[in-house]
Amino acid sequence: MPATSQQETAIHIRNLDFAYNGTPILEGVTLEIMARDSLCIVGPNGGGKTTLLKLILGLLKPNRGEIVVLGQTPEKSRLRIGYVPQYARYDPQFPVTVLDVVLMGRLDRIFCGAYAKADHEAAQAALAEMDLADLAGRLFAEISGGQRQRVLIARALAAEGELLILDEPTANIDAASEEHLFEILAKLNERLTVMLVTHDIGFASKFFKSIVCVNRQVVLHPTSELTGELIPNMYGGDIRMIRHDHRCSPEGHCSHGIS
Amino acid sequence: MEFLNALADPAIPFLRYAFGVGILASLSFGIIGTYVVARRITYIAGAIAHCVLGGIGAGLYCQHKLGITWFGPLTGAIVAALLAAIIIGLVSLHANQREDTAIGALWAIGMAIGLLFIAKTPGYIEPMSYLFGNILLISKFDLWMVLVLDVLVVGTATLFYHKFLAVCFDEEYARLRGVRTDLYYLLLLCLTALTVVLLVRVVGIVMVIALLTLPAAVASNFAKGLWQMMVLATLFCTAFIGSGLAISYNNDLPSGPTIIVIAGLVYLGATGLRQFSSKKN
Repeated sequence: MPATSQQETAIHIRNLDFAYNGTPILEGVTLEIMARDSLCIVGPNGGGKTTLLKLILGLLKPNRGEIVVLGQTPEKSRLRIGYVPQYARYDPQFPVTVLDVVLMGRLDRIFCGAYAKADHEAAQAALAEMDLADLAGRLFAEISGGQRQRVLIARALAAEGELLILDEPTANIDAASEEHLFEILAKLNERLTVMLVTHDIGFASKFFKSIVCVNRQVVLHPTSELTGELIPNMYGGDIRMIRHDHRCSPEGHCSHGIS
Repeated sequence: MEFLNALADPAIPFLRYAFGVGILASLSFGIIGTYVVARRITYIAGAIAHCVLGGIGAGLYCQHKLGITWFGPLTGAIVAALLAAIIIGLVSLHANQREDTAIGALWAIGMAIGLLFIAKTPGYIEPMSYLFGNILLISKFDLWMVLVLDVLVVGTATLFYHKFLAVCFDEEYARLRGVRTDLYYLLLLCLTALTVVLLVRVVGIVMVIALLTLPAAVASNFAKGLWQMMVLATLFCTAFIGSGLAISYNNDLPSGPTIIVIAGLVYLGATGLRQFSSKKN
């Protein structure tokens, strides 16, 4: 390993194809993501964003090509990934406390019986980092959406991974919670590779170092490229007013009606 | 008072056995019922319960027609329940759509097989007592059986509490933490199957599902967290069975339906009270 840890590769995907029931979802994907990068996965619905996440997590298997995550196969590297799903998909009546949810991040460390003291300490530390220490005993169902989102991040942190993956964390939370979320992510990015899927990137463009466009093909842009004259060319205006009808393609971004 | 005297009366041991079976089974019912309610698999538990009749029928047939004395209705019930749990579990894990149709079919097939076996078993066998329970049939052997199953169910469910909690709450995340979620889901259904068998004698196949879910549903109104719900559900289940047996004995009523009506009324009351108080707030 080179001494400059900044240059390590976190995720390497080569010539990947994935089809679901014969319909191609992703084709010819080649992608290299560096450690400590912060990247945003954007693209239209059905474009393959979630599929790409699931392939990286090893929940789906590619039809062709190779994925290396943190130097291992996705199945093996799984435990070193902190995954944050959308909070809205949880049963709102499930009787579980905030602390119990966070402890699930340590599930791989016990076979049966109770969690060890170290697991409780890690969970409490993760809760404290998310400013949730005083909610530990509350029911997950009782707290607000933004708080639930942070509980799920705390759970991912309790797992002590090197890579943090968030699925649509900005869906269903208010603007203030969203701003708070990106402050948290910026801090975590100092020690973790952060990767998130979202519908709109305008508000967050200053946080991300790279943007990955997914629409059957996958293209990575460093956000530094997205400055100056490129942005109006690509998006037809300020990046804050990102167009939802633009298309990602290997040749670059083609769009309708942009002069 | 009359009921307490009857419990101590050596002339009617079945009441004592029924009471013992009910109290012991409450422990399994509280714990497994909580998982079933939290994971929302009441329908699957119902299908397993009804498939038990297939095993009871096969057991009766083997015993009376084929003369296989060791394979009685209770052994048949346990085998059928476990088999149904595994088949239904695999269907619900792998059938991408129309899961409910497949489970509904298994539900009916299990019962039908049982009735066919009973029809071909020599001598008069009353299926009613299996469908709706009959405490007159409870023997000392049942008490031992319940004790053994209880230890098995409660032991497994508490030992793997955190695994089951995670699998019920968020299966995908549990898998990402290296848990073999399919295996734990099937194990949970098998424990549900064994639990259902525990009380078939007392409340019967048709109503056992109510006793599995109603105490947990009532408990969910008060509980903070899953294990609290388990403790409360166990207490409610004990109370329903105890009071149901007492009322049915004092008033010469069938015990199964009495227990279920009490459980149902308390559930409706608790749910109504909760609606009322949340509106007031």
